[in-house]
Amino acid sequence: MNLIFDIAWTHVRARLRQTGVAVAGVATGVGFSIMMASLMQGSQDDFIKQLVNAMAHITVSDERRAPPPQPAERLYDAAEIHNLTPEARRRGIKNPLATMAALEPWLPGGIAPTVRVQAIIRYASHDVATSIVAIDPRREGLVSDLPQQMRGATLAALYRATNAIVIGDRLSEKIGARIGANITLQTSEGARMNAQVVGFFHTGVRSVDESTAYVLVKTGQILARQTGLINELRIRLKDPMIARDIATRVERETGYKSVSWEEAHEDLLSAFIIRNIIMYTVVGAILLVASFGTYNIISTITHEKARDIAIMKSLGLSEFTVRSIFVVEALMIGLAGSLAGFVFGYLLSIGVGSIEIKSPFLDSNSLPLAFSYKHYLLAGFVALASSVIAGYQPARKAARLHPVEIIRGAT
Amino acid sequence: MSGEATAPLIEARKVTRILPGIVPTTLVRDIDLVIRPHEFVAITGPSGSGKSSLLYLLGLLDMPTAGEVLIEGKVTTVMTEEERALARLTTLGFVFQFHFLLPELTVIDNVMLPMRALGRLTREEMRTRGAVLLSSLGLADHMDKRPDQLSGGQRQRVAVARALANEPPVILADEPTGSLDSKSSAQVFEVLRELVHGHGKTVVAVTHDVAMAERMDRHVELLDGRIVRDDMHRLESQSV
Repeated sequence: MNLIFDIAWTHVRARLRQTGVAVAGVATGVGFSIMMASLMQGSQDDFIKQLVNAMAHITVSDERRAPPPQPAERLYDAAEIHNLTPEARRRGIKNPLATMAALEPWLPGGIAPTVRVQAIIRYASHDVATSIVAIDPRREGLVSDLPQQMRGATLAALYRATNAIVIGDRLSEKIGARIGANITLQTSEGARMNAQVVGFFHTGVRSVDESTAYVLVKTGQILARQTGLINELRIRLKDPMIARDIATRVERETGYKSVSWEEAHEDLLSAFIIRNIIMYTVVGAILLVASFGTYNIISTITHEKARDIAIMKSLGLSEFTVRSIFVVEALMIGLAGSLAGFVFGYLLSIGVGSIEIKSPFLDSNSLPLAFSYKHYLLAGFVALASSVIAGYQPARKAARLHPVEIIRGAT
Repeated sequence: MSGEATAPLIEARKVTRILPGIVPTTLVRDIDLVIRPHEFVAITGPSGSGKSSLLYLLGLLDMPTAGEVLIEGKVTTVMTEEERALARLTTLGFVFQFHFLLPELTVIDNVMLPMRALGRLTREEMRTRGAVLLSSLGLADHMDKRPDQLSGGQRQRVAVARALANEPPVILADEPTGSLDSKSSAQVFEVLRELVHGHGKTVVAVTHDVAMAERMDRHVELLDGRIVRDDMHRLESQSV
């Protein structure tokens, strides 16, 4: 109602300084909440980006989720076969080029063939178990950032030597291998090969940098002792967030196990949920503290305006109307605080984002930030809600006031 | 008396009000009082005789400990808070010893307050009605001032205008001239008298000014929370 708004406005305006302090309190709360949210979200996004970019969004491997059904089982419902070792199959994705050609038309992203072999790198008395990924350097750019993550050489260096190998920078530190070093690769199948280090890469994900090496597809096939083998297709999507759905479709169409990055990192993603709960708790606490300012001013105004409340009630304004006046005042403070907080939060975020940080653990030299209208809406909503809750109690008390007690006291 | 035939506007039946406390204070005891239309009633008595308390009870600002108050024949003790508020808004107008205007609002806004709370008129109609009321009380030039820019008498007349905002049949006044000088008092008294004799309202005024009470139509005197006198002065005015 208009009347409620008018009276509330005059009250808030009459106590400009106190109102200002309450508004500033809410604004500070909202501002810091927004900054925190954007920082937390930013670091999470940054982490996910590193995580996502460190591996393919979807990995199609030559495994199957369930062992193939026995022919008898396929024909007869009653047949059940126990204790049978599944038949040994030739490893690798059948007809990889045809599979890729079938996927490529609808796939929103790139696809590249890979041979993945487990091997031990031997160099100068170091033995390190390594995941050898055999790639096609010309296609690799479609599915990973490896070309940009190269240090000391480009990916094309793989063509430059026989059995050329690119290893992670941490792995090179571990075994002490420099560019040009001749290392020995040994697989569990007994294959043994000498390879020459032609470059390093750095993804920023420790586990990858420490135990991954890249070679050419041909080299990988020799290591696996199987010519023509492709045992993994890696897919990178334009939008990594749809990886789960795409993986399901790829698996349905090819029959091969397709693992999205989300599935591969489920544990990390659940850690993010916990992190978010922590963040929202802290943000909520900040806003709660800010709402004490609102409580304070509404309380003060109701004390100060006790006489006016008595007058209004004696004139015949209902309890609801009187209560609404003060709730509206709290809303006004909350709203003004939220709006000011939006600006403050934005400026704070920009300020924090411009701080330069030199950290050996971070690749960028500023804090990662994410700007999302959702942070603003959430902070604004919580601030408004807590303002109303803070204002409601004194408003209710004021509305319950008996006019006679005050009028009697005044005369 | 022709007044006997008309239905009572306000009726108090065996009204008792006791303030609870370690030593309970009896404000009024067993009051029976009938206020009929077009009456101009003075309630007098020494300090602490319970005259203001009685007015608050009649005006539904307070609830009796025992007995009941009827407004236009309706029992108010069983009403909800909202219903009593509505009755105050439509049937009763209050004028207090102190003007009790809202200091932040202009004069016209103060007068419009009860109308807006009732919400039966459009904004323009409220404004027009407020302006008419203020003009009739000689305040046409002060409509957009704030209460603290007016004299005591002017403020009290604004309070009267506000009490009349929703055209209630009854005006309850608590020491309306109590804080005014003699000239302003006379003015306000004239306004109240005119309301009864000119506009057919009913006015119940608490006052300690016996001379003023004698000039009103009916004089109720309280002592220690009981009615000790109830006189009709000018019966001829009842026929108006």
